[in-house]
Amino acid sequence: MRNPLNSYIEAIPPSGIRKFFDLVAEMNDPEVISLGVGEPDFDTPWHIRKEGIDALTKGKTFYTANAGLMELRKEISLFMERKYSLSYEPASEILVTVGGSEAIDACFRAMLDRGDEIIIPEPCFVSYKPCAIMAGAVPVIVDLKPENEFRLQPEELEAAITDRTKMVFLSYPNNPTGAIMEKEDLEKIAEVVIKHDLFVISDEIYAELTYGDRSFISIASLPGMRERTVVVNGFSKAFAMTGWRLGYAAGPAVIMKQMMKVHQFAIMCSPTLSQYAAVSALRYGEDDIRMMRDEYDRRRRFLLNRFEKMGIPCFEAKGAFYLFPCISKFGMTSNEFAEAILKEQKLAVVPGSAFGSSGEGFLRISYAYSLKDLEKATERIRRFISSRQ
Amino acid sequence: MRQKLLSAIENHARISAEDLAAITCSTVPEIEKELEKLELERIICGYHTLINWDKVGEEKADALIEVKVTPQKGVGFDQMADKICKYPEVTSMYLISGSCDFVLFIEGKSMREIAMFVSEELSTIEGVLSTTTQFILKKYKQDGFLVENTARDERYAMS
Repeated sequence: MRNPLNSYIEAIPPSGIRKFFDLVAEMNDPEVISLGVGEPDFDTPWHIRKEGIDALTKGKTFYTANAGLMELRKEISLFMERKYSLSYEPASEILVTVGGSEAIDACFRAMLDRGDEIIIPEPCFVSYKPCAIMAGAVPVIVDLKPENEFRLQPEELEAAITDRTKMVFLSYPNNPTGAIMEKEDLEKIAEVVIKHDLFVISDEIYAELTYGDRSFISIASLPGMRERTVVVNGFSKAFAMTGWRLGYAAGPAVIMKQMMKVHQFAIMCSPTLSQYAAVSALRYGEDDIRMMRDEYDRRRRFLLNRFEKMGIPCFEAKGAFYLFPCISKFGMTSNEFAEAILKEQKLAVVPGSAFGSSGEGFLRISYAYSLKDLEKATERIRRFISSRQ
Repeated sequence: MRQKLLSAIENHARISAEDLAAITCSTVPEIEKELEKLELERIICGYHTLINWDKVGEEKADALIEVKVTPQKGVGFDQMADKICKYPEVTSMYLISGSCDFVLFIEGKSMREIAMFVSEELSTIEGVLSTTTQFILKKYKQDGFLVENTARDERYAMS
């Protein structure tokens, strides 16, 4: 029989998170505490769920326009304007997708030709590289450095650019590091992007979860960047709506028209009930966002203090709901550390190396857990490291 | 700082001063001083543990009692409230709008004990016109917490 498989897909290694998930599942031990989750622990706010229920009761169970409900696209447009000073035309520049993930996939397929290079800074979420490969593009990895708090440096970007480079991937606030890029950092990157006539895809799914005095800045809001940036965002993290599978992309009409084609033929439209619920999220969800962000921020500070006390180096991540402590001084790889602490202390964390080789020596610690859980978990970490010293 | 401290402690009464300091970006002495002030000003009125006594097998009964009273000249309802509040059986008390004046929550060892309290103590207070006793049959949610919270973390352990 001939090989039934596509050789590109076959060559893609499985997700490093998956391996750990299987390990935890195998243990099947109720005493295991996990700090491995990449989604909010809050329930979707009730008014949003109610809107979904109402839509169902009213029988709103048909396809919507391919690009999404116009009512929702208008709200997205207002939200982006209000929050990030970004202005997009609902009719031609906004596409409602099945989570941010679909937006990324559609963007790659609409913009990258076979052999085009896309620069992906790592550590980063596990889907970017495979999606680029599936689109026929060539991912070029930039290893971000802890001494720069995992912010992409203009020199690092410059060094990775070749004649084939077409696009740069930015994902800030970042999963897994929790790193952010501030305006000054983005300005330097924008300069390089414009100089080399590149495009940017900016995954801003964690934008609302930015802590500290300065609010989130989108690279698309910098001069000369709107026309060369596709912004990806969604409802999963800001509104605790992961299972609703709803995201969006916004960019120049000329790009969005082609992304729309990919979406139309591959997906048809995003889930209708979720779209109705999302309208309520954008209209009335501001207090929910604030409540959740404040709580995440408390947990973030709590954990930072605990790591400091335990003598585990951890830079002050100001975004998402992850910390990225460095465990290299314990003489184990990320994988070894994560496996050992799972077995000995029944604590599940994701090894940093699951997010790229530059994540080696680090752990991703999610704080999408109650303070009570975090207290228990950090106690297990303390016990684990004191048994090693 | 005050606002931050209160939001942090509202649902985490057992949190240590050190963790509070970390959470609110201050120091342990600052936290201790501020907590003391908040207690003095009666902004923090107490630290309460929510216990489901039913599960301990402890015999207990609760009732909600509506009370109508004659308001007194010059002091309105407050003097009456003062009198009623003093009974240790009264766990909560509110002045409300609507068909009665006060709503009380009463805790006793048994329904009989509560009935005795109402007939022999509460309704004999001067100024109390009438009472309506409603026994609580089952608690679902109290002070923002689900009494029987069976919800598990249904998220994938790794994602």
